[in-house]
Amino acid sequence: MKSHLKLIAAAAGMALVSAAVLPAGAFTADLQSLRGAVEIPATDQAPSIDIFKYQEGGSWSRNFRQQPPLIPHKVEKYQVDRNVNQCVSCHDWSNAKRMRAPQISETHYLDRDGNRLDSIAGTRWFCTQCHVPQTDAKPLVENEFAPAPTLR
Amino acid sequence: MTTEPRDTAGGDAARRPGPLARLWGVLWSPSVRWSLGTLLIVGATGGVLFWGGFNWAMEATNNEQFCVSCHEMRDNVYAEYRGTVHDSNRSGVRATCPDCHVPKDWTHKVVRKIEASKELYHHILGSIQTTEDFEEQRLRLAGNVWRSMKANDSRECRNCHNFQSMDVALQSERARPLHLAAPENGQTCIDCHKGIAHHLPAGTPAATRALEQAAR
Repeated sequence: MKSHLKLIAAAAGMALVSAAVLPAGAFTADLQSLRGAVEIPATDQAPSIDIFKYQEGGSWSRNFRQQPPLIPHKVEKYQVDRNVNQCVSCHDWSNAKRMRAPQISETHYLDRDGNRLDSIAGTRWFCTQCHVPQTDAKPLVENEFAPAPTLR
Repeated sequence: MTTEPRDTAGGDAARRPGPLARLWGVLWSPSVRWSLGTLLIVGATGGVLFWGGFNWAMEATNNEQFCVSCHEMRDNVYAEYRGTVHDSNRSGVRATCPDCHVPKDWTHKVVRKIEASKELYHHILGSIQTTEDFEEQRLRLAGNVWRSMKANDSRECRNCHNFQSMDVALQSERARPLHLAAPENGQTCIDCHKGIAHHLPAGTPAATRALEQAAR
């Protein structure tokens, strides 16, 4: 009990000292929000419509081995909801060859218990949760990311 | 009762003709009271009014406003159509409900209009009250449209789109080979382009397979 009181007193003292000595915002001065110096309630400026221009044709290589492959075409007209998945109408194994589309990975036909299914698993139904159309998006933060080298 | 001889009734009719026979007689005897000119003018004016009225009614029931005046259309299929390429696009040319769902040429148009009396009947019955009611019927209703479009070689699509005028060189590299092969494979627009203006119902893939099977 006594030691608790001591701790609380020490913490209160430190807080008082730091409030008196350090200027407000000293800890946050280095942080810069990605949306710029826009106050939270203010409406941010809409990004240029050009960022939605997809790079059609030619599949880009993956940045790391486990990356879901990017989509080299527009997708906004394709219906993917609980009734229908239009991606599957080309990419399902039964249609891929005829439609000259990449075939969905075999892993996508396994349910969460590992049972093999005839049609794409419910856990994989919403394609755009992982696969997105390829677009020339600049990195938001400068970085030196490189995938792990696998071939030795 | 049933043994009453038939020739008694026949004898009565011979003395005094029935109403239909009298009307027939009046229609085919020359007018005594009206001049030929009056008859011609009244007939021609009446004809023009009737034909004009017929065409007016045909047009009045053949536009988007009329279609969405029923809640079945406004709340379901029309809501889905909004924002699709046939509703809004860069050039502002639109294809509204009748452009795709009512034939342009007269004979097929009248046939479709007569078929639409079934839609009126179900509107009055209130067969579709809610979106859930609509979803329940959706696969069957969509199937009707797919079947008729497949049967008439997507006639309404071809009022605007036709293979001869398509510049495949301007198409995406995915669309090009498919459009080039489509006429040879006996495919028509609706074979691939289902659900372009309205959402697809659950069970679409199986229905599509059945449709292709039936065509073979």
